[in-house]
Formats: sequence, C-alpha cells, structure tokens
Amino acid sequence: MSASASLPAKVRRSRHQRGATRWIVLAIVAVVAIVVLLPFGVMVLNAFKSPQDYASSGPLSLPSSLYFGGLTEFWTRVDFPQKFMNSLLIAVTASVGGVLLSLLNAYALGIGRVRGRTWIIVLFLLANMLPHEAMMYPLYFIAKEIGLYNTQLSVAIIMTVIRSAFGTYLLASVLSTFPRSLLEAAALDGASRWQVLWRVVFPIARPTLSVLLVFFFIWTWNEFFFPLVLLVDNTTQTIPVALASLTGQELTNAPLINAGALISMLPTIVFFLIFQRTLARGITAGSVK
Amino acid sequence: MAPVKSGRRSAAYIRSRVGYWPYLVPGVLLFIAVIVVPFAMNLYFSFTSWRGIGEPEWIGLENYLELASDSTFWISFRNSIAMVVAIVVIPTAIGLLLAATFFDFIGRRFGPRVASVLRALYYLPQVVPVVAAGLLWTWILQPQTGGLNTVLRAVGLDSLALNWLGDPETALPTVMSVLVWFQIGYPIVVFMAALERVDPELYEAAEMDGAPWFTRMRAITIPQIRPEIFVVTLTGTISALQVFAPIYVLTGGGPENSTNVPSYFSYTSFFTRAQVGYGAAIATVLALVVLLVALVMIRFQARSEKEDSEL
Repeated sequence: MSASASLPAKVRRSRHQRGATRWIVLAIVAVVAIVVLLPFGVMVLNAFKSPQDYASSGPLSLPSSLYFGGLTEFWTRVDFPQKFMNSLLIAVTASVGGVLLSLLNAYALGIGRVRGRTWIIVLFLLANMLPHEAMMYPLYFIAKEIGLYNTQLSVAIIMTVIRSAFGTYLLASVLSTFPRSLLEAAALDGASRWQVLWRVVFPIARPTLSVLLVFFFIWTWNEFFFPLVLLVDNTTQTIPVALASLTGQELTNAPLINAGALISMLPTIVFFLIFQRTLARGITAGSVK
Repeated sequence: MAPVKSGRRSAAYIRSRVGYWPYLVPGVLLFIAVIVVPFAMNLYFSFTSWRGIGEPEWIGLENYLELASDSTFWISFRNSIAMVVAIVVIPTAIGLLLAATFFDFIGRRFGPRVASVLRALYYLPQVVPVVAAGLLWTWILQPQTGGLNTVLRAVGLDSLALNWLGDPETALPTVMSVLVWFQIGYPIVVFMAALERVDPELYEAAEMDGAPWFTRMRAITIPQIRPEIFVVTLTGTISALQVFAPIYVLTGGGPENSTNVPSYFSYTSFFTRAQVGYGAAIATVLALVVLLVALVMIRFQARSEKEDSEL
C-alpha cells in the first residue's frame, strides 16, 4: 500500500490509461466466479421449491413458498443419519490411522534413515500414482474371502493404507530435514527412540500432521470408488454411494435431487469453512515440495 | 513397563539405523497386503480368462492382444486425452490468468480480503463430494425438465436445448466443461499462493519500463511460479488419466462409449460384464500409461531445471 503511494505519478497515470485491459480481465474474473457459483445458487433455490412451483416458474426464480418435501424425502429415502455415520466412521478411522502410519513410517525413513530408504520411498511414491482399478478386483476378491466384504472396516483399512502411502512420502522428506542436534540432545537425556518420537518429533511435526489429517479426512469423506465396489448394503454405504443410487426417473424430481445434493454438500462445506486456513496451508506447502 | 535405564545414551544411539526397523513394520506389512499383493494379483489375472468364479484359466497375452483390436479400448484412451485437456490444460491456463489478475489488480485495489474470499469461492467445487456436484450437474443438464434447458426454452432458445449428456455429439464436450468447473479452483489457489512469493518490485520495474500486462505475465509470472505449474500439471495429469466418479455419475461412459474412459471401462469389465481377466488387463495398461507419463514429465522437468541452472 505504501509502495503504490510512493510510485511516481507518471506510472500511476499510465496504469489508469490501460483501463480497458483491466476491465476485460476483471470481467473474466467475474464471469468465471459466477459460472462456478451458479450451480450452487440454483441448487439452493430449487432445494426448497415444490415441483409445481418449479414447473410454473423454472429454476431461477425464488421459491414462492418454502417447500421441505424434497429434503424430507431424501432424508428418509437414503436414511441420511445412517449414511452420515458410516461416512464419518470411515473418514475418521482412515484419517487418524493414515496419519499414524505415515508418522511411524516417516520416523524410520526420514529420521532413522534405515538402509534402502530411497527404494522404499520410491515404492510409496509409485503407489500414489497407481490407478485404484489396478488393485480393485483383488481387494474385492480378498474382502469376500475373509468376510470383510460389505463392512465399513474393509473400506477403512484400504483407505488408511492408501492415505499412508501419500503421507509417508510427504512426511519422510519433511522429517529428513529435522535438526539432528535436538534428537541427539534427547538421547543424551536418556530418551528412548519411542520417547524421542512422541516427545520431540511429534510436537514439532504437529502442524504438518494436522494438515495431513484435514486432507485425509476430506479426501476419504468424498471417496467414491472403493465404497461403491465394497459396500452394497444400505446399512454400510456412505453418502456418495447413496447419492449415486438416485438415477433415471428420479433425475426429473428437482426438489429431491437439489435437496439431496445440498444436504450431502453441507458437511463438507462446514468442514471447509472451519479448516480453511489449514487447507490453504496444505495446498501451498504440498505444491512446493 | 521396562525399567527406565538410568543415565545417558550416546548420539550413536540415535544414529543407529537398525533400531528404527520396528517402526516400519506395521506400515510396510499393510502396504504389502493392500497395495503390492493386490497389484500383483491383478497382473496375474490379466493373463487369465476368468469370470470371477471358479479357477482362472491361463491364456498368456491373449487379453492384451484382444485389447489392441478393441475399438472401445482405443476410444477410452483417446477420451483420456480429452480428460487431460479438461482437467489440466484449460484449468491451468485459466488459473494462470486469474491468479495473475488477482495478484495484479484485485489484491492491490481491494486488498487481500476480497482476494481470499474469491479464492475460497473458486475452490468450493474441489471440496464438495464429486458425486453430489455430479448429481447436481446431471439434473441441470437433464434434457426434458433439467435446469439449463428449462431456462433456454423460457427465453425462446428452444433450438439450443440439446440432450447435452445423451447425445454422442455433445456428451464429451459437456463432460469436459463440467470437469473444468470441478478443477478450476485447484490451480488458482496454488498459483495465488505461489505469486505471494514473487517480489512486487519485479512487476513495478516492468511497469515502469512500459511492459504490457501480457508481457509481464510471460516474462515474470510464468517463470517465477514454474515449480507450481509443474506440480499442478503433473498431479492433474495423473488424476485425469484415472478419472472415474464424474463419468460414473454423469454419463456411465455413454452414449455409445463417447465418454468412456479406461478406469470406467475396466470397472464395467469387472463388475457388469464379469470379464475379470480382460478388466485386469485394461487396469494394468492404464497403470503402465500413468507411470510412464508421470516418469516422462518428471524427467522433462528435471532436465529443464538443470538447463536453467546452467544458464
């Protein structure tokens, strides 16, 4: 701000002379913002609009009176509270488990520098690029063989390991720059490796771990592929799988679809608002590494 | 609990590598069980004819030979290129333009607050479940009573009220547009964060020299945030080659395979056509393509970085 005040007057004037470019660019920014937001706006309008209201006044008008039929129909049809709990159970398990496994792995790889660590890290990196289809059928087959098919546990275990592959790769490089003097000082004080992990490494790595936790949670919450294949029962399915079961004729039921999309998005939007700073920090840090 | 050893441990204790092995055991065992073994099994299945029950029958490379002459297979990979355009090329280009704009105009004129609100709004589609947003789009694009066509008819543009997702002519461009909508927030947020690192004086100096906006973008913005452009391109390409959920919700690969992609093709081979060996072969080819593309991109980046540092 003070910089622009100290700029020579000539420069400031020339900036104003290039007004046309500025307005074109601003218009693009605004148009993109509107296009991005429009579907959300339309969703909110039509989630509370009765089918008759929609038929007579279309998708862009305000509802003539608030209609909650779509919300209640979706809520009871898919048994939303149950789907919510299933999603929560899987996302919490996989995010906490994934962070824990990542930390243990990265402690051995980044701080312990065990022999062959480069190859192990490369393996974890490759696993991150592997399409899930390339392990899907065997996992489906194994889950059936050992009786874990159609249980939340099967998805929770798989997602935990997939998240840990990403977390290990990321954390191992973060921890490899950990100050050795801190570790050695703790050892001189008589701390064991286990104690060093929890009393020295964990507190210092905590900001990175919390970023991982938040991302793991939202990724797992939104995960579709594994739940789709492994959870066939109403009592085990997650929100995305239940939503995807609305097809065909139901797609013409405007309040049902819009209310369903709205209710399903709300938890993630609330989560996003709460953890916006953490998410932004993660996107930034992850992109530089 | 074991009695705490009294006294000090030497620095060698921390440096000893052997003592850390136990920490790898749970992670590595689970990794082998959930990723390595299933991947190896998938590879084995791809050399067999198997319907998911009974014994897989070894047929060698037959599935792969069949793939080579399967038009659906080639269509699905051709559509992968369209997915890369929709998920990487277009969002990265728009993202660069928008991030530079934020940085150049909005950030200075309206302060960082407005910029951060706009950034959050663009990022919203990245946060909500893909299936929820996909379902919303399916309804918007539904030909008879969907939101878009209702509006088009109301303003007299009946001829534009197409069967967006149901016509082989329009389905792929429509899916691509929805994917751009999904993806756009990611490059914007990354690039904006990266631009905060760039010294504003660089811009001011360029402005004083009379460099037009576009030149500043090409000469300053893009070179300064090249590492971020690479990361966005790499991760975007990997996810574009594997895109599944939006296709499943929007079109189911149809109509007439016009929006089929490798991951969806292997999924239907596994679970609707019960051709497990064939599906496994598709998944294996996809995995190889993804790894190869990623490797080439990483090599390319490493080389151009090296050239830069030699300059």
